[in-house]
Amino acid sequence: MIKAILIFNNHGKPRLSKFYQPYSEDTQQQIIRETFHLVSKRDENVCNFLEGGLLIGGSDNKLIYRHYATLYFVFCVDSSESELGILDLIQVFVETLDKCFENVCELDLIFHVDKVHNILAEMVMGGMVLETNMNEIVTQIDAQNKLEKSEAGFAGAPARAVSAVKNMNLPEIPRNINIGDISIKVPNLPSFK
Amino acid sequence: MSDIVEKTLTALPGLFLQNQLTGGAAAAKAPFSSRLGGLVRGITALTSKHEEEKLIQQELSSLKVTVAAPTTTLKMMKECMVRLIYCEMLGYDASFGYIHAIKLAQQGNLLEKRVGYLAVSLFLHENHELLLLLVNTVVKDLQSTNLIEVCMALTVVSQIFPREMIPAVLPLIEDKLQHSKEIIRRKAVLALYKFHLIAPNQVQHIHIKFRKALCDRDVGVMAASLHIYLRMIKENSSSYKDLTGSFVTILKQVVGGKLPVDFNYHSVPAPWLQIQLLRILGLLGKDDQRTSELMYDVLDESLRRAELNHNVTYAILFECVHTIYSIYPKSELLEKAARCIGKFVLSPKINLKYLGLKALTYVIQQDPSLALQHQMTIIECLDHPDPIIKRETLELLYRITNAQNITVIVQKMLEYLHQSKEEYIIVNLVGKIAELAEKYAPDNAWFIQTMNAVFSVGGDVMQPDIPNNFLRLLAEGFDDETEDQQLRLYAVQSYLNLLDVENAFYPQRFLQVMSWVLGEYAYLLDKETPEEVIAKLYKLLMNSAISSETRAWLIAAVTKLMPQAHSSTIVETLIQEFTVSLDTCMRQHAFELKHLRENVELMKNVLPVDKSCEGMVVDASLSFLDGFVAEELNHGAAPYKPHHQRQEEKLAQEKVLNFEPYGLSFSSSGFTGRQSPAGISLGSDTSGNSAETGLKETNSLKLEGIKKLWGKEGYLPKKENTATDEVEAQPISQDSVIMENVDQIITKRDQPPALTQSKEEKAKQLLASSLFVGLGSESTINLLGKADTISHKFRRKPKVKEIKSGEITSAHTMASSSFNSLSNEEDYYLDTLQDRGDKELKKLSFNSELLDSESFTELHMVEKLSNCNLSASSLFADNNLEIFHPSQSTAVSVANEVSLASSLLEEPTEHMHSDLMEVCNNETISVSSYKIWKNDCLLMVWSVANKSGSELKNAMLEITSEENLKVTEQVECCLPIIEAESTKNFQCSVQMEQPFTEGILSGIINYQMMDSHSVQLEFSVALSLLDFIRPLKISTEDFGKLWLSFANDVKQNIKMSESQAALPSALKTLQQKLRLHIVDIIGNEGLLACQLLPSIPCLLHFRVHADGLALWFRSSCSTLPDYLLYQCQKVMGES
Repeated sequence: MIKAILIFNNHGKPRLSKFYQPYSEDTQQQIIRETFHLVSKRDENVCNFLEGGLLIGGSDNKLIYRHYATLYFVFCVDSSESELGILDLIQVFVETLDKCFENVCELDLIFHVDKVHNILAEMVMGGMVLETNMNEIVTQIDAQNKLEKSEAGFAGAPARAVSAVKNMNLPEIPRNINIGDISIKVPNLPSFK
Repeated sequence: MSDIVEKTLTALPGLFLQNQLTGGAAAAKAPFSSRLGGLVRGITALTSKHEEEKLIQQELSSLKVTVAAPTTTLKMMKECMVRLIYCEMLGYDASFGYIHAIKLAQQGNLLEKRVGYLAVSLFLHENHELLLLLVNTVVKDLQSTNLIEVCMALTVVSQIFPREMIPAVLPLIEDKLQHSKEIIRRKAVLALYKFHLIAPNQVQHIHIKFRKALCDRDVGVMAASLHIYLRMIKENSSSYKDLTGSFVTILKQVVGGKLPVDFNYHSVPAPWLQIQLLRILGLLGKDDQRTSELMYDVLDESLRRAELNHNVTYAILFECVHTIYSIYPKSELLEKAARCIGKFVLSPKINLKYLGLKALTYVIQQDPSLALQHQMTIIECLDHPDPIIKRETLELLYRITNAQNITVIVQKMLEYLHQSKEEYIIVNLVGKIAELAEKYAPDNAWFIQTMNAVFSVGGDVMQPDIPNNFLRLLAEGFDDETEDQQLRLYAVQSYLNLLDVENAFYPQRFLQVMSWVLGEYAYLLDKETPEEVIAKLYKLLMNSAISSETRAWLIAAVTKLMPQAHSSTIVETLIQEFTVSLDTCMRQHAFELKHLRENVELMKNVLPVDKSCEGMVVDASLSFLDGFVAEELNHGAAPYKPHHQRQEEKLAQEKVLNFEPYGLSFSSSGFTGRQSPAGISLGSDTSGNSAETGLKETNSLKLEGIKKLWGKEGYLPKKENTATDEVEAQPISQDSVIMENVDQIITKRDQPPALTQSKEEKAKQLLASSLFVGLGSESTINLLGKADTISHKFRRKPKVKEIKSGEITSAHTMASSSFNSLSNEEDYYLDTLQDRGDKELKKLSFNSELLDSESFTELHMVEKLSNCNLSASSLFADNNLEIFHPSQSTAVSVANEVSLASSLLEEPTEHMHSDLMEVCNNETISVSSYKIWKNDCLLMVWSVANKSGSELKNAMLEITSEENLKVTEQVECCLPIIEAESTKNFQCSVQMEQPFTEGILSGIINYQMMDSHSVQLEFSVALSLLDFIRPLKISTEDFGKLWLSFANDVKQNIKMSESQAALPSALKTLQQKLRLHIVDIIGNEGLLACQLLPSIPCLLHFRVHADGLALWFRSSCSTLPDYLLYQCQKVMGES
């Protein structure tokens, strides 16, 4: 499970922080500071994994980070996540941001915190990886934007028009897989007498 | 990628300027929202933290006004929220906006709602009370026809949702599993997973739906359900074995490229999905040959396909290797996996090297030859510039440490320790060094010096049990008294030397250790007199850098040394100085010291030499104060309330809303999250599962205890060799082995390249041979068939080997059967087979001493055994209770069937039962009864026998009980006919409603003779409290939690003769007679737990002292402890 996703810049200024486990406000700030402290003193040519500090750490947790120009992207995960998998997930995240913002930069993250959070929510939900396919994420975000914009535009229009737009379906790519020969047995429940 | 970002932002101010001018993409458009831009700009321009604070406070106060103003539109509110989010992220409190965030989520249009939800999920935490206000909104949005609203609601539910409100949305989310849109289904699955995490008992009924999600026609939904399965299989793999085939099929299709192309990532099909599946398979196949066999093919295929040289394929490879080494081994696959590990370890990419080391660490016990193969790489990694790589290497070395390479490995660890500054790393590493040193120390000097290093570096951050263990080890010693004395003497001398160093700074903990050792064992010195030692301690005491806690230790040491000292001028000055100290604690110590000095006789009694391990009689209940207390109470003083009770009262006052259902006997304060239901089910104990997991926990705890003891026993193997173990020849001295190894390495290495070698290379090889010594001999017995290629490098002289193999044959056979199936931690014990034999013997003897139990002969599989402290003969041996965990309904039906059968003893064989006892009889009929102590109830069986030659009619059995008892499930009380000379059985289960000591169950039997006059007989059976007491299996941790959460306690000392009061016999009595479960034994203290049916727990803490037992009961029920204490006194008196 992903415990937290943090983005901060080279000076340790937080640009995005999302915690999937309840920490108090103070602890959150401490975690951000500690993580920055740990990550910032790493050289460029060392590995991208860190055993966490004391706060978020414990032997079970790891920090997996990538450094892009002015920004550090740090994922705090527990042992049930694959290190390399998360590393690529960060890449997907950044590429998605890049697509959504057209050449993303630190400023985009500052001024559109809400949008960044929305993109993140399409990737990771409640600490679980929800979607790893960049195109899929972008499609979802675009569709939502479109719908929201049109709703804003229809604000004063008759309700019929609104519902027509609302019922415009989100694009769905057929993504079926044939898992035909799975036969899952439903376990027998103990009979009650 | 990084180029893209790089080119964008180098100078913030410049860009801002540009944004202002052009209104570019990043700039805010609406005039109101440009306030955020202004804020950010302001902050960026600032130089000091203080100024930032001022600016933000300003901003926050203006926001506060805006959000509260009635004129603020939702659109403005949305902008305010974004600014609040920004402030919160910087760590400023914006709690005034929380309620407005919820309002925005409630009232806004899509765009505003989204920001509202986002703010809520960022601001609030699970237990925030405002969250309740959100529930209605979520319910409304879940029912919305607008997909986006549903999505938002699901997202917020999976982020934060109050546990108590789950039932309100659960049916709605369950419906969403059938939604036509895959994205909704997917999010619904994850939301349910979240519920499973925070309240597993609430989603138990939808496990079937999870299965449906697994077979969903959409891959995304299936992938989401894997999160749930990974979790559930980790918790309990056995119930999901039937799904193995499905997972294998899915993986096969994914690997085979059956997915649509858009699932590919860098032309690897759905890598994250593969990783997830591989993890699941690893968990399923663990220790299970049949299940493992199903997955061999697909694992092979995955390994084969993952050839592309991209980061993410390595992720898959790594998981493959991990899985292959986790499941039941197959040599072909293992070979391939080993080759893969090689690829990782030798890779120039540092991430892969890290993972390679991790993989090596994981497999090292199964296949030590792999470490030998890569020894040169490992040596290089020891000097790697990246500290993380170094640490991982040390972790690897830690796993392969044995008596022969300990000095080198510990030296490497200490080197690393001196360089690192991270507290987390120090704590971790110091613990490891201490553990290794205790286990494998080659001699006294080395041991003490290593521990000195540990204390001076680890100092005040290390785990407190390190110094504690060390002191205990010194105090308790080993079998050989002279050896112990030497160790102590060495310690004393080394500390005196350390204290002589001018201006040296030692951590407080280290000083405490020193002062204790000096106080206890300074008498062993010949040259230095106690006065000199006291002088040194005094000097420390006067040092201003010493904490007051350490001062107390120091003064205690001085006190101990005082009786041995002849002249005591220093002590006098010390007393003078501290009797006027402002520190009350020190002052008290000084006064004590003064009193002791005046009364030499008492001093000798209180402070005997070298008696630290022997218990003293202490009146723990402080009974000599009783008179004083009574007097004070008479004068109107408030009665004393124990700390926990006070705290509870305080909590009760603070509590605002109580969501816990009424009637539960557990107080909610002790539990959070997932533990709560588990705790409750512990009490009821009806489900086999919960009991089993509880059991596992206790096992693992036990294990740890044993490990520690091993450590101690395993320490000083040399001594064992010479003193006890004649079979094991003294191994060839380490040096010669090293030399030999080096020779072999050199000859082997020299063959391909030129004959000359750089000095550096040689040094490395020397290091390698000293690090990996001891692994070679082991590799000869590894199962994996690679031993022959390696083992010649590190083989010992044949002579030694023969002797050794003879000695450990039995260990071999045993180990080889379980070798590969053992988990990581268990492997740990397999470190070196050489040591193993000794350890085992030691362990056995230790345990049998302690608990005098037969069952320990099987302890080489300690891990598998249940609570080992049960003796086989025990009346309520837990084994009996564990085997049979019927659910209520089945138990009853079983009992029904059996009770109708004529044989009396058929059913009771599964449970403990009392003897058949006649309760009443006359010339025609006889009623007997016996008790069956079932897990969940007390079952009374009545058997009515017709002794006459004619049949009886209309027999009626009626059982009545006292008010404290409740009779349930009465079965067939009325029989029209009892045939001549036959027996009929009835049964009923009895519950206790109020605790009591002795209760009466009375009954009446009516029947009609052939000549139709009716006869009535009365009878009664006595029931004791003990009939309703069952062992409560909990772990020590749970015990601790429960202990704090219970308010009712009773303390009592019982006087006993010395032989009875010994821990083992007392334990045995309590376990057998009272049916208590032994949770843990810590020194001379025992923790026990039981429950009064149906589910009132009671905990017992007891301590053995010289002439009795100090008992301390706690329970959630106010009267139960008293009754149990009474029973306890009774059984203790009897025995």
